[in-house]
Parts: sequence; C-alpha cells; structure tokens
Amino acid sequence: MFSKGTKRKFSDGGEAISDESLLGARVASSYSLQRQSLLDMSLIKLQLCHMLVEPNLCRSVLIANTVRQIQEEMTHDGSWHMVTEAFCSAGQSPSERLVATEVLCRSREQDAEPKLFSVISYEGCREEEVVADETLCSVSVSNTVSNVCLAGRMGQCWEKSELSGVERDEEVLEDSRLGSGEDEEIATEDGASTESPKTIGQVFGTFEIKNGSPGPDSALEELFSDVDTSYYDLDTMLTGMQSAPKMGPYDLLDSLAPSHSSPSIVSTPNCRSDLNELDHIMEIIVGS
Amino acid sequence: VNAPRGGVGGGNDFQWCFSQVKGAIDEDVAEADIISTVEFNCSGELLATGDKGGRVVIFQREQESKNRLLSRGEYNVYSTFQSHEPEFDYLKSLEIEEKINKIRWLPQQNAAHFLLSANDKTIKLWKISERDKRAEGYNLKDEDGRLRDQFRITTLRVPVLMPMDLMVEASPRRIFANAHTYHINSISVNSDYETYLSADDLRINLWHLEITDRSFNIVDIKPANMEELTEVITAAECHPHQCNVFVYSSSKGTIRLCDTRAAALCDRHSKFFEEPEDPSSRSFFSEIISSISDVKFSHSGRYMMTRDYLSVKVWDLNMENRPVETYQVHEYLRSKLCSLYENDCIFDKFECCWNGSDSAIMTGSYNNFFRMFDRNTRRDITLEASRENSKPRAMLKPRKVCTGGKRKKDEISVDSLDFNKKILHTAWHPKENVIAVAATNNLYIFQDKIN
Repeated sequence: MFSKGTKRKFSDGGEAISDESLLGARVASSYSLQRQSLLDMSLIKLQLCHMLVEPNLCRSVLIANTVRQIQEEMTHDGSWHMVTEAFCSAGQSPSERLVATEVLCRSREQDAEPKLFSVISYEGCREEEVVADETLCSVSVSNTVSNVCLAGRMGQCWEKSELSGVERDEEVLEDSRLGSGEDEEIATEDGASTESPKTIGQVFGTFEIKNGSPGPDSALEELFSDVDTSYYDLDTMLTGMQSAPKMGPYDLLDSLAPSHSSPSIVSTPNCRSDLNELDHIMEIIVGS
Repeated sequence: VNAPRGGVGGGNDFQWCFSQVKGAIDEDVAEADIISTVEFNCSGELLATGDKGGRVVIFQREQESKNRLLSRGEYNVYSTFQSHEPEFDYLKSLEIEEKINKIRWLPQQNAAHFLLSANDKTIKLWKISERDKRAEGYNLKDEDGRLRDQFRITTLRVPVLMPMDLMVEASPRRIFANAHTYHINSISVNSDYETYLSADDLRINLWHLEITDRSFNIVDIKPANMEELTEVITAAECHPHQCNVFVYSSSKGTIRLCDTRAAALCDRHSKFFEEPEDPSSRSFFSEIISSISDVKFSHSGRYMMTRDYLSVKVWDLNMENRPVETYQVHEYLRSKLCSLYENDCIFDKFECCWNGSDSAIMTGSYNNFFRMFDRNTRRDITLEASRENSKPRAMLKPRKVCTGGKRKKDEISVDSLDFNKKILHTAWHPKENVIAVAATNNLYIFQDKIN
C-alpha cells in the first residue's frame, strides 16, 4: 500500500489535462494523502503514550524513525515546505506549527491532559525527591540518587505534586512564550527536521532522567542536566493553556486519555478499562 | 509404514495431540492472568510460566505410570509464588510493572531448583525446594512448638525424621536491582553457570550469580544525545557452549555477536549479521517489520534463529551476510501492515524456539495459531490452540489461512483472523516432543501421539 510509486506534481488548472496525467496526478495525490495520514497517525502515536507506565522505547523509536522517513521523503518532494509554509501564513507561532497538523489539533483534548499530568507529577516529585529519606525507598539504593523507588508513599507524592505542579506550570508558560523566538531560528535553519527533534526529544526526554553514575554530588547534577526543557514547551502548546486555570485533583481525572489498549485510534474507548484506570488513579491520589 | 499426515518434528513424522490446558475458561480475561513467559527447565521435568500479575507458576511432570500407557506424564502445579510486585518510580512518577518478562532456569546442581525471573527493572533468583520430612520428638518443645516445662522432662530422646505432605517452598535468594534504566527484555544464563546477562533497550549487563550489588556493563548503545536514538536492543542471549560469546539483536534487524575476551566494553562486535534489504519490497513499514523480536541459539551452538514480524530466519554463525534459511510465518499480513500499524499489532513481539535436536522450529501467530517448520523436510504446519480442540489426546488438525480467491472449507480468511488472540510465547521440551503454548491466559500443552 505504501510502496514507492512514481510521483508527479499535481498540475494546476489552466492547462489542458490529459487523462493519463490526471490519473497520474490522482495516484500521486492518493499516495500523498496516504503518506500524510501515516505521518499524522505516527505523530499521534508518539504523543499518546500511556503515562502511568513508562512507554515502550522500542515502539517509540520505530515510530519516530517512520516519521523521519516520511519527512525526508516529503522534503525531497518539496511537499514538506508547502506544509510548513501553509501554517506559517496562518499566523501561528513557529513552535505551535510543530504540532499543528489537523489531526493533532483535533485530538488535543485527548493527549493534552496526560502530558500535563506527567509534567506536574514529574516536577513535584523531583522537588520532593531531593529531600527524600532513604528509608522511604522500597528498593535499597547503594550510591545512585537517581534510582529511587517508592511504594506506599504514593498517595502523598501525587497530592504534593499537583499543588506544586500547577505553580510550575505557570512558569513554564512564560518560558514557552519567550522561547518561541528561539524556535523560529531553529526552524529556518533546519527546514524539515524541526518537527522531529522536538517531538522525538520530548518522547525520549522522558527516559533521560535516571543515570547510574557514582557519587551523590555528581549524581544530582547529572540528574538535572538531562532534563529536556523542550518537553514542557511542547506540552503547553498541546494544552493550549494560555491562562492556566487552577486544577483540582478531579480535573485531571476528567481529562485523562482513554486507555492505550483500545485497538484503534479512532474507535470509541473501552469504558471498562477507562473506569479501571480512573479507579487506579483515584487510589494513587487518595493514597488508599 | 504410516503415511505422513502433515506432522512435523524430528526425523519421523509426529502428530501433535492435545494434552492439557491450564487457566480459566472465562471469556473475560483478567489482565494479571495474561501469561508473559514460558520456559521448560533443562530436563523438561518442570515448566514455568510468568504472568502480567508478577506471579510464577511452576508445573511438574508426573512420573509416567505403567498403567496408563497412552498418556505421557502430565504437568501439574508444583509451586506458585509472587515473584515481583508493582513498584513506583518516584523520580519519573511512573509505575514499574510487575509483569514477568522472562524466566530462565539454572542447570540443576542439587535437590533444589533455581530460576531467574525478571520484570522491567529487577531480576530475582528464586530457589524452589521440597520439604517432605519433618523432625518429630524434640526434647524442649512439644508437637505444637510450645516449650515444654523443663521439670517434666525426665528422659532424652533423639528427634526422628517423619514423612509429611510434600511442601514446595520458593524463596528469593538474590535480588539484582538498580542496574537498568530501561526495560529489561532478556536474561540469559551463561554456560559457565556462574554468570548471566541481562539486556534492556540500550544496555547489556553481565552479572555474577552470587553478587547483587554490582554488574558489568558490557554493551552500551545509548547515544550522547537521546534525540539521535534510532536503534534499540531487542533481545540478547549467551552462546550455549562458549561462555565468552553472546549475541544481541536490534530494532533495525541486525544481530551482533560479541566476544567478552576482546574488550571490557563490547560495543564493537566480532560479527555483524544483516540480510540486505530487498529494494522492491521497501515501504515505510520495512524497518518496523525487520525489527527482531527474539534471538535463540540452536542447542548445537552452530546456528541461531531470529524472529521478525513476518518471518523466522536461521543463521549460520559463520555466515554474516545472509541467513541460511528463511521461513514465512504469516506472509499474508504484508498487505495489511498499515492496519496492523494503526492497531499497534505490528509491534507485537513474537518469540521462537528450537526443538531438542534442532531439526524443527516453532513460533506463534494470530488467531491462536502457531507454526512449526521442519528444517529437514522443509514442511510446515499451522496449528491452533483453542478450547474446541481440547479433547484429551485429540489430534490437532492443520489450519490454513486463505489468502485470496475462493475460500475452501475449513480455511479461514485473513480478515476473519482475531488479532487479539496472539501466541507470543511458546516453549519446546528440551528432549521430547512436548510443547507448551501460551494463548493469552491459557497454557496449552501438546504432545506427539504415541503409536
């Protein structure tokens, strides 16, 4: 279905269009449509990670490689610039353009809150982690500060993180607005590859938090040096939260994405797994 | 002479028959009950399964009874224990699943059995031992365990060992933790019986079975900048005889063979196995379907087998540029790759296994189908693990998928396949023609028919 066929530019009106070239144009545009749809699907898959459990790195890498392949091909085609130009003319800021494919905008409600959820919780837990007592850890830690696991204190962790996270979120918004100028620079330099580094960096950024280096001092430093701040910028773009409303614990629950176990992206989510997931999250938050 | 009836395996033609099925019959499958790994021990006497709920269930084969000639020994539950619990990664605010990714048995050296079980982050060494005797006749305490009144003790006696009901105990002897930032996909016991390797998406560590607080990192493919990451480790295994050799496969369809004698860090491979891509079949999905989901050495150590999405390949360790044999598992899915990408099935990780003599290989597919290939006769067969075919000793009927045109009776069309019923984990008894097939939450055991 997606094997490479011969591509011809779609000829604009005004010329006499023969049947043959029309057919060729149809094939080409059908291929382009399929390719675009594959690109959109891939980008959604990268965003819609099940954020309770760490996403599968192999799957993310394979999807990201697919996105790169498509973008490379579209760059050679010249169709990539058309896409980016179109959105530029619409007056959106360059950083918003990164995820401004139609499908992503449609699914903004879906993928927005899980990201926010994890951003909030990551931030909150990071602050708390610095002062954490080792005895709280369920797994004994030798030297590394980074590999801290916590069971049974889950309830407190989530509660604390929500409060501190919302404040942090407002800060992030400021940063992102300031940062948009920087993005523009990168965009014009890199051309087609702007979108993928941001997306991929954001996806792989989740993993780049731990490291096993010895020595508590250097461990802390390296811990924070790996943080990819573009993660938060992209996230605020997704949420479109220009004015950050104060969110209570139940707002998060309301806006969680459906469980990733649903077989297809466009199908209605499995209600039962939704409820299970909500119960599960409630347990964590309430700390039962 | 019996005419061959589509059997596969060994030099003769074997006919696969249903033997047992373990697990609930409910249509409603509890997520925790989904079997995530299956492994026979070195003698085949024990069969271990791990599930998503972090539990390990070990089955033991009963001794063959002379009275019941027609049925080989059946597998019955021997021990059940909770191996891993869900944990919470405080730093990333993510759950660590308790799902058992792999179980590997250690060779038996005394009366007890040892196995390694791994979830995403932690490996544990479990000791499974039997207790069938109990000491009775203590002097200082009575049978309840209460201390006896010392003034009542007038004679001394020697405690006697009395038989008791068999008790099987599982205890964790070692916990190998905090060595993996990414998700563990493989563990493999080395032929020296002292060390083992564990592999995650980006790193491989070498452990000593006695030492839990440190491991050697022998492969590290993590790029300095994570944004440059394009390839991950998907599986790894130690060579069955050469304790310095191991292989690891990647998401780009390559296999690297490494020698631990060459360098402390085996980032540079000794051999690099990759089949050149067929340019005519290139598509956006080419890389994804070339990703290797499992790699297994043959028992002989001369060959290795890799499983990618659509095929199984056998490689001669002396030939790096292409496999010596390629078997199509479900080529009819090639035209469905886009749908399989959409519903994520294209990322399913199927395992594969050799039979004891390396003459046959087996792997799973969808619709609870599994496939067997005889390397000598080049015959292949598709069988199904289902409750419908589960009459005792009922012979399994070969299944066929209709790829186009008119569908014959008993054939199933590609569009009717159930992609939720996937057989990812299978195991073959190391010596006999007994196979274990995990179908979601059920474990099927099939045996060859005794003539």
